[in-house]
Amino acid sequence: MTQAVAAHHTSTGLDNKKLAFWLFIGSECLLFGSLIATYLVYEGRSISGPTTHEILNIPVTSISTFDLLMSSLAMVLALAAVTRGDKLWSRVWLATTAGLGVVFLGFQAYEFVTFVHEGLTLQVNLFGSTFFTLTGFHGGHVLVGVIWLLTLFVRSLQGKLGPDKALNVEIAGLYWHFVDVVWIVIFTVVYLIQTSA
Amino acid sequence: MATSAAGHEPAVASAKRSGVWSWITTTDHKRIGILYGVTAFTFFLMGGVEALIIRAQLARPNGTLVDAETYNQLFTMHGTTMVFLAIMPLSAAFFNYMIPLQIGARDVAFPRLNAFSYWVFLFGGLFLSASFLFGAAPNGGWFGYANLTSKAYSPGLNIDFWVLGLQVLGIASIAAGINFIVTIVNLRAPGMTLMRMPVFTWMSLVTQFIVVTAFPVITVALIFLLFDRFFGTNFYNVAAGGDLLLWQHLFWLFGHPEVYILILPTMGIVSEVLPTFSRKPLFGYAVVVYSGVLIGVMGWGVWSHHMFATGLGPVADSVFSATTMLIAIPTGVKIFNWIATMWGGRIELKTPMLFAIGFIAMFILGGLSGVMHSSPPSDLQQTDTYFVVAHIHYVLVGGAIMGILSGIYYWWPKMFGKVLHEGMGKAHWLFMVVGINLSFFPMHLIGLLGMPRRIYTYDTQLGLDTMNLVSTVGAFILGGSFLIFLYNVWWTRKNGLRAGNDPWGGATLEWAVSSPPPEYNFSVIPQVNSRLPLWTANGLNEIPEVPPEPIHVPGGTYWPILTAAGILALAVGAIMHSLWIVLGGVGFTVFSIYRWAFEPFEV
Amino acid sequence: MTESPESTSQHAHPTAGAYLAVAGVLTVITLVEVGIFYVPAFQAILAPVLIILSATKFALVVMFYMHLRHDHPLFTGVFVLPLAIALAVVVALLLLFGVFG
Repeated sequence: MTQAVAAHHTSTGLDNKKLAFWLFIGSECLLFGSLIATYLVYEGRSISGPTTHEILNIPVTSISTFDLLMSSLAMVLALAAVTRGDKLWSRVWLATTAGLGVVFLGFQAYEFVTFVHEGLTLQVNLFGSTFFTLTGFHGGHVLVGVIWLLTLFVRSLQGKLGPDKALNVEIAGLYWHFVDVVWIVIFTVVYLIQTSA
Repeated sequence: MATSAAGHEPAVASAKRSGVWSWITTTDHKRIGILYGVTAFTFFLMGGVEALIIRAQLARPNGTLVDAETYNQLFTMHGTTMVFLAIMPLSAAFFNYMIPLQIGARDVAFPRLNAFSYWVFLFGGLFLSASFLFGAAPNGGWFGYANLTSKAYSPGLNIDFWVLGLQVLGIASIAAGINFIVTIVNLRAPGMTLMRMPVFTWMSLVTQFIVVTAFPVITVALIFLLFDRFFGTNFYNVAAGGDLLLWQHLFWLFGHPEVYILILPTMGIVSEVLPTFSRKPLFGYAVVVYSGVLIGVMGWGVWSHHMFATGLGPVADSVFSATTMLIAIPTGVKIFNWIATMWGGRIELKTPMLFAIGFIAMFILGGLSGVMHSSPPSDLQQTDTYFVVAHIHYVLVGGAIMGILSGIYYWWPKMFGKVLHEGMGKAHWLFMVVGINLSFFPMHLIGLLGMPRRIYTYDTQLGLDTMNLVSTVGAFILGGSFLIFLYNVWWTRKNGLRAGNDPWGGATLEWAVSSPPPEYNFSVIPQVNSRLPLWTANGLNEIPEVPPEPIHVPGGTYWPILTAAGILALAVGAIMHSLWIVLGGVGFTVFSIYRWAFEPFEV
Repeated sequence: MTESPESTSQHAHPTAGAYLAVAGVLTVITLVEVGIFYVPAFQAILAPVLIILSATKFALVVMFYMHLRHDHPLFTGVFVLPLAIALAVVVALLLLFGVFG
């Protein structure tokens, strides 16, 4: 499988857009790092209202986590398909990735609605504020990713996503995998490592 | 949008280069640099007027020029304007204009993103400043401590303007940060290794890394404040178990690297000016570069020295005290290198050089008071007093602004083709030096004698009347010095000496082309063989006046400004609590991004 | 000094099979993580073990799916530096807020 071709000569031989996107991912590390740090600092300090033990649903969230991990697999397969000019499988894997992303968002929506019914809101306590803000921002990133992937899917349908455009798919893939990786951290830190109520 | 071949410009293409539309759609880094410079300077004057009103109010005890509420808005906007709308974009003006020239490139890596950053900055600055029109300018200090900024204690629009304005500005900064890092890393001319880059470009590279990593933290801090105010979350809500220090930590995690964002570029400027006017290469180039990198990295480890009075405990206090003292080392190293550069050189005391030397002297004074802050016991005396105000202004006015002015006088001929009048430049410098010291030196004393910060008036019993009056006189002298500058600019337009390629005899690539440079910068791609290409035999290939082949220059496009407008609409909708306008803004932004992404545009 | 852009890669690329293998490992680790969560005997060491396991997943996705393993080291540097700062910030804030004390 070939690496995407850089459009212009550059001092490092590396593509400008790819370098720019890794820098953006670097800045996102700080964004999510600050959100996660806040969640951890405030964990267990809620004075009233629902706590992690009462509310978090590990079995359901494990499924959504698995879903997102599989979406990353679909993403790399999509990139491979685009790179070798395989129109059919490009579309299949792009649509699959986006679809799995939508499934994840569905799980998130279900979770949010359920939690609100059970009394956990943004306003009720620290856990509500930090939890919904952190996972909400993550979900927002997933949504942007889904839109991005669907755009690529449509481009592919239009016949405008040949191997020469592989870099665009690669960059979309970097975004998607990063969003997955952030969820790996959130799943561990928020759901699995639950400290005192 | 259209692309055009320059070099042998057809008449049609050159017609597109004038007029307001050509500026609105420009993607030329030189034009964007000028836009940043003019806009930032205007905001600088605004911030200066705010300062003069403050000083007029404090000239006498129990002043009645402004009331307390207005005073709070004045010092908040003075700080916010000077940091975010003046110093940062003035540096950005030079990043934009000079970096491509210094590395031998024809433009930045992402010209449209570059334009976008400017328009977002402009709209963010206008949004923030528009708050005055509603009588609701931000009033919680430039650092907006929680929970003064909560809805309960600040029910008006003031803090909403502040939060939303800063969020918009952050987008501009992060986008530009990414753009310039890619530009510097990837667009260097052949032979321009990293260790042959001009120091200004190097310091700019470090600065952009700080921007890209530090701004997301304040983004999060502001998101929490925004959510508390708009959605009733509990991030800074003590009653719910929230900790007000969370704001302070997140803010200063950004805020301390921010001050290095403010000073490193001007340290870079000074590192260029000193060698040129000493006719000597910079002493210890590598050490100066590494010190800059070290400052950028170590700057992440000192933030809680802004919080010594918050009860962090002896362990935290000691750690941050130590890291703060350590960071003085690379800074001091640079100062020694600058002095060593001048030592034994053939010094020409032209205006840029005077400002550079003034920078060194004033920054040393500011650094000394800074080191005094690094000790928690002494900081407990100094914090929240005018002693800190003295420190801030020595490093930012005596330091950053003087460094920027050094750059302005140095690079003015390159940008505008005329050398600013030398006599007026020297007069500006003299009045500035007098004004700075008269205004800010007494503040060390009145601070230690007990005058707190951010009070709108004081009683004569404190015994500080005379020194406050002296400080006010100094401030007006400082303000007046800029009138000289403005007159100089106007006078030079008509009567100034025309500048050739290299009026100062500089060594770096920007001086190898005409003043101002052609649209495409270099008629041929430079081949660089030295760190000081113009001072070294065979340091640079010949750059002909006329390009031997047609050069492609990207045309203009309006999608950057429209995308920026969408973001502004978002902010306006938010402050109006109008979901429809917010959604409209989001929709328009997304639409513009799609059009931007799919328009044909060749770099 | 200017290098021509990377075209057909000369370095090893993961094959589809390798990607599937990584996906398999990620699945297994996730199952183990969830499993450990439910076993009371592991409660005491839950946090460190989970951190190590999730860090492994993180590294696998970054190295193989995001291709850092086979890419120019500059990309790794550009990612790792901010990541290191983020980690340091998280740890510093946890210490400063007495989460460990």
